[in-house]
Amino acid sequence: MAPTTPQEPGLSAVPSYEEQQSQARFDALINDDSRVEPRDWMPEPYRKTLTRQVSQHAHSEIIGMQPEANWITRAPSLKRKSILMAKVQDEAGHGLYLYSAAETLGTDRDELNDQLLTGRAKYSSIFNYPARTWADMGAIGWLVDGAAIANQVPLCRASYGPYGRAMVRICKEESFHQRQGFEILLSLSRGTEAQKKMAQEAINRFYEPSLMMFGPPDDQSPNSAQSMAWKIKRFSNDELRQRFVGMIEEQVKVLGMTLPDPDLHFDEEKKQWIHKDLNWDEFMNVIKGNGPANAQRLEHRRKAHREGAWVREAATAYAAKQEQSEVA
Amino acid sequence: MSQKSNWPLWEVFVRSSRGLSHVHAGSLHAPDKEMALRNARDLYTRRNEGISLWVVLSTDIITSDPDSKDAFFESPQGKDYRHATYYKASEGVKHL
Repeated sequence: MAPTTPQEPGLSAVPSYEEQQSQARFDALINDDSRVEPRDWMPEPYRKTLTRQVSQHAHSEIIGMQPEANWITRAPSLKRKSILMAKVQDEAGHGLYLYSAAETLGTDRDELNDQLLTGRAKYSSIFNYPARTWADMGAIGWLVDGAAIANQVPLCRASYGPYGRAMVRICKEESFHQRQGFEILLSLSRGTEAQKKMAQEAINRFYEPSLMMFGPPDDQSPNSAQSMAWKIKRFSNDELRQRFVGMIEEQVKVLGMTLPDPDLHFDEEKKQWIHKDLNWDEFMNVIKGNGPANAQRLEHRRKAHREGAWVREAATAYAAKQEQSEVA
Repeated sequence: MSQKSNWPLWEVFVRSSRGLSHVHAGSLHAPDKEMALRNARDLYTRRNEGISLWVVLSTDIITSDPDSKDAFFESPQGKDYRHATYYKASEGVKHL
């Protein structure tokens, strides 16, 4: 069958025969739990939703380099410095895997980059919180990367092939991130009173923001149902949050620390964790750009991009020169 | 605000150890083949994932048409005699 020519939108309210056929093929792929690949026909809202989600995810990785990069020079040992550098490098890598996946949906890299730099694109609000102490490196690794992993593992089975494949690679690499964070806190928890206090304060700071990383409660998350029907998401925000809070409630005991949520408990009747009410007004406010570090994060990204301009120009000029001498 | 770089897209293939084929790992942007190789090393082999890399310009890859896949891959359909499992009469015969 010849490739279908896309119809101009709005010309007809009734989908053409070709469109119906394509939609049926797409639906069958989703129903069979198969994967959609870049050159397959897909409904525009599916493409749009994925482009937004994957590029936001990529931006989050890129901006997420900053809170930790900030501590590389102040890491307490050469070992910790090397570990932190490897982690920040991984985050750059994860951003690049995800940009590649986003590009297969038809938006090119320069445009995606531009969306971030001009502030048109969003990224995970967690990175708009400053990392105040060395213990925050521990809390970020344990709680923030922990929440990210809980979110990302099911995404390895996302219906869009390139996204799933990028997530497989990312999840494999990410597990060290959480462990190294936990071990930073473990070291501090066995240290002096001041170190213990620093660790506890970092946990207190990042507990709530990490629970909010799963997104708004299910009844306030309008796009979730569609994403689940498309099998991009496999579990709801609340399901994932439940799973995560159950895990950290156990893990915090190993640290001999506490979560800043004294009433946290498992309700045997409802079969669910009851945690404190999260401050969603703050969450929305941070997403809108009014978090403690939004402006700083974006400005730093712009500055890095500006200051790297001469490198990109030189590389482009060198490539052009090489090509000329090859032709000659 | 940012000037466009328009660097071409390269596909990256990694051989994880001797005796295995190069396998597609992902893609990246780079201004030329040398930078593509170096970026591929940094991006796809940070944990000893490879001992050999290929980078290929995406535009140089010739692909089959996804819409015509049924017709294009029709030939092996119904030719199950190309598989050893088709031959039942000899079942139970040793080393066959």
